[in-house]
Amino acid sequence: MRKFALTAIAAAFAVTAFTGGAAKAAGGDQPAPAAQDWSWQGLFGTYDRAQLQRGFQVFKNVCAGCHSLRFIAFRNLEGIGFNEDQIKAIAAEYDIVDGPNDDGDMFDRPGIPADYFPSPFPNEKAAAASNGGAIPPDLSLMNKARVGGPDYVFGLLTGYEEEAPEGFDLADGKYYNHYFPGHQISMAPPLYDEAVEYTDGTPMTLEQHARDIAAFLNWTAQPELEARKALGMKVILFLIVLTAMLYAVKRKIWRDVEH
Amino acid sequence: MSAPQWNNKVVKWVDDRLPVISMLHHSAYEYPTPKNLSYMWNFGSLAGFVLVTMILSGIFLVMNYTPHTSMAFESVERIMRDVNYGWLIRYIHMNGASMFFIVVFIHIFRGLYYGSYKAPREMLWWIGILILLAMMATAFMGYVLPWGQMSFWGATVITNLFSAFPIIGDPLVTWLWGGFSVDNPTLNRFFSLHYLMPFVILGLVVLHVWALHSVRSNNPTGVEIKTPKDSIPFHPYYTIKDLYGLGVFLIFFSAFVFFAPDYLGHPDNYIPANPLVTPPHIVPEWYFLPFYAILRSIDFTIFGIPAKLLGVLAMFASIVILFVIPWLDTSKVRSSKFRPVYKWFFWLFVIDTFILGYCGAKAPDDYFLGIPGLKVIVMGQLSTLYYFVHFLVVMPLVGKLERTKPLPASISESVLKEGANA
Repeated sequence: MRKFALTAIAAAFAVTAFTGGAAKAAGGDQPAPAAQDWSWQGLFGTYDRAQLQRGFQVFKNVCAGCHSLRFIAFRNLEGIGFNEDQIKAIAAEYDIVDGPNDDGDMFDRPGIPADYFPSPFPNEKAAAASNGGAIPPDLSLMNKARVGGPDYVFGLLTGYEEEAPEGFDLADGKYYNHYFPGHQISMAPPLYDEAVEYTDGTPMTLEQHARDIAAFLNWTAQPELEARKALGMKVILFLIVLTAMLYAVKRKIWRDVEH
Repeated sequence: MSAPQWNNKVVKWVDDRLPVISMLHHSAYEYPTPKNLSYMWNFGSLAGFVLVTMILSGIFLVMNYTPHTSMAFESVERIMRDVNYGWLIRYIHMNGASMFFIVVFIHIFRGLYYGSYKAPREMLWWIGILILLAMMATAFMGYVLPWGQMSFWGATVITNLFSAFPIIGDPLVTWLWGGFSVDNPTLNRFFSLHYLMPFVILGLVVLHVWALHSVRSNNPTGVEIKTPKDSIPFHPYYTIKDLYGLGVFLIFFSAFVFFAPDYLGHPDNYIPANPLVTPPHIVPEWYFLPFYAILRSIDFTIFGIPAKLLGVLAMFASIVILFVIPWLDTSKVRSSKFRPVYKWFFWLFVIDTFILGYCGAKAPDDYFLGIPGLKVIVMGQLSTLYYFVHFLVVMPLVGKLERTKPLPASISESVLKEGANA
């Protein structure tokens, strides 16, 4: 029993040491963003629906101007607490290109829940042309695709400096950011105090906006998070009971064997 | 051993025509097993369990996956978001690869510690190495399938290794790719082979178990079974012990699948593959890091052989050398339990592989553990050197020079002695 536990710990240690190293290797000279408190952390953490909806508001009013969200359909918004009618209303605010119709023409129609969020640019070239050569990345998986996840997104959005530090050679059309690799980012500071008008009395500060959009993007990256943890709890509790019983049976079977 | 008599008429009818039931009875029920096996002997059956888990979860993933460069990434996200419990199946498969290597690495280290490669178990050991090689190929090709940034660039870096071979190198790489860069034909053939290889592994596992059952399990004393008193039937003693071990393992596995599913992966692989943007650090999955460190540590030429070719050869040699250790190890004693000197070298070797893993994860110009002046590349070179010194120098020499402790006369004697000391 003791040996087995030691083995398991050794294995866990091995994995942690390796991957810890791997994660760090991906960093550059920029500092690691500070760890924030998020509602979904820990074994029992869940999303805060009100926060996700505020984050969605930030996405809709600010980010969506340049960034796509191509893995999210309007119907998915049920996951952040909207009901069917609200989702229909949100979808209908968007024009979706459909077709070709019987005349062979593409046409615009209002969105329905089954539609995916339309992208702000028709293609990558258009996106690059409107953004000084940089393509605004799709945001669906942003929190999984960066070391630090939500901490990085929050750090990036709050990590702008109006002036680059003394001696830093900032290229034209670039902005100085503490957490962006190389510190030169093409995205102008997107958020500021009162960038979006909240209706639930939450303070409308830059920090709060950044926190809310990072939360929303965590949901777009891991919409299954709550179901996953809830199922995980049941599975692991079941396994603990089963394993304890198997251990008892093992003891009983081996009782009379000298080993 | 005489075949058992079956009372059930149907069972008897079948068994008289195809003795499959006798065979199962023989190999999974009455198979005489040393009675002193420790929990280190659980990892073989765990590896078998993970293999089956990987095959089953993989079959369900294939039902929803599209092997095309323009749709692979999207289809994986479809699995994660729209397929019922797709996230569960994929996270099991993704983390299952890591679990497979954890279990198999422990299994191999156990074999090294207890001398399970020595006569008459050489064939058993060889088949095991073939399984490891097949697993590595399978894992590498599987990692390419989601077609993320690390998939694409990992495939580019690793397939490019073959260009190191003189004359045939470049045509070989073009042939592997099915074109002039990693592209759709590459993805398609990797998908095809990724589906094929697990069944090759399954076949090798059958041979592995066959060889095992003919030479019998080694045990912590390294002393063979001599009398019936030394062994117990596999069932129920080891079936229940393996099941208990499986329970503990599944808790560990589930902790990753449900609570840290992306911990063992790399964030860059959630960015769709882009041949025009190279990630700043191309890092393989953790289970390849020690081998990657060996590959990278050769940054010099010898006798005009280019560094790249030497690196590739060193990397392959690090595994191929395992084939000959039954002869490199000159000791008459199997188990390190009775080898007071070699035991320490064994643990040094384990630490060495961890250091290699760490070096593989870091950029060559980083400092090892942040120690000023000690570059990762230098540490990688030292630990690569030690890796081979262990097999080529330590194993033959220590085996000859060491004074081993007296072996117990039999397994049961050692069991009784330990019982008396406890």
